[in-house]
Amino acid sequence: MNYGVVSQEQLEKIDAILTEKLIKIGVDCVIIIDMAGNIITAKDNGTSKYDVYSFAALAAGNFATVDAMAKLVGEQEFSLLFHKGTDCNIHFSKIDDELLLITMFGKNISLGFLRLNVVETIERIQKLWG
Amino acid sequence: MSFINLREKIVQVKIVYYGPGRGGKTTNLEYINRKFSKQIQSEMVSLKTHGDRTLFFDFLPFNMGQIKGYELKIQLYTVPGQVKYNATRKLVLKGVDGIVFVADAQEQMREKNIRSLNQLHENLRDYKESIFRIPLVLQYNKVDLRNQGIPILPISILEKDLNSKLKVPSFEGSALTGYNVAETLKKIISSTVVSIQKKLQ
Repeated sequence: MNYGVVSQEQLEKIDAILTEKLIKIGVDCVIIIDMAGNIITAKDNGTSKYDVYSFAALAAGNFATVDAMAKLVGEQEFSLLFHKGTDCNIHFSKIDDELLLITMFGKNISLGFLRLNVVETIERIQKLWG
Repeated sequence: MSFINLREKIVQVKIVYYGPGRGGKTTNLEYINRKFSKQIQSEMVSLKTHGDRTLFFDFLPFNMGQIKGYELKIQLYTVPGQVKYNATRKLVLKGVDGIVFVADAQEQMREKNIRSLNQLHENLRDYKESIFRIPLVLQYNKVDLRNQGIPILPISILEKDLNSKLKVPSFEGSALTGYNVAETLKKIISSTVVSIQKKLQ
């Protein structure tokens, strides 16, 4: 997969999927990053403003750390990574070896419902790259 | 690897400051953060221990303006310099586009500089990158200590130790006073941009 340069068409399709499957169900912000900490795309609900560049750098570091911990205890990976706060929660999910989907959402969405939508989102994005 | 967003015309470039512990990597970024505050829209992120040592990395996003219609976003990172943190150093190097090696010019640090540079070579090899191909700039930091009577290695020795095979641009520097910090940064940005342009052709 070559994601170093993503075509405008691919990005538009990805954005449409993110909007339909995640932003519309009430997610505050969704970001796709690569493992080096670059932002591939970011979508928000129009009211949440996060510093997505710093977030991407920290998220990539966080995911890499958890991945290294998984290997230390003999796991291939910890597939679910979820941080729970009072008003904001963060969910991390791997799209493939190079890309991560990060979703920030509030109290109005249940984790189960979010996970269902994240799985579908990832399946549809994977199909785009074939 | 740099990421290019064709729709929004943004190029993201990852530059890592690497080198032995207490060599001045974080101080370089702190100086840049103070000096170029207009080009920096968010706060510098530092993951450090209670003793103020870098634990994971520092991160500073830096806007360079436009080049050929593309907005250039430079992401500056440091690695933790302490020997025991090589696993995290390696994580930070993932997808790196350009490296500044910050050597400590004090005489007593001679061995540590060489060891750190050798480890950089090995870490890059693990990512199938080569220290001879990746854009690299050397900075011989702390030359200001000369004025305080602290023994500093002559540049000729530093060049022989660290740059005899690499033959990359190098600067004397003082991260604390800012001497050649901006020059080092400019040089690595231009080398990295040229290298990305070549890759895209």
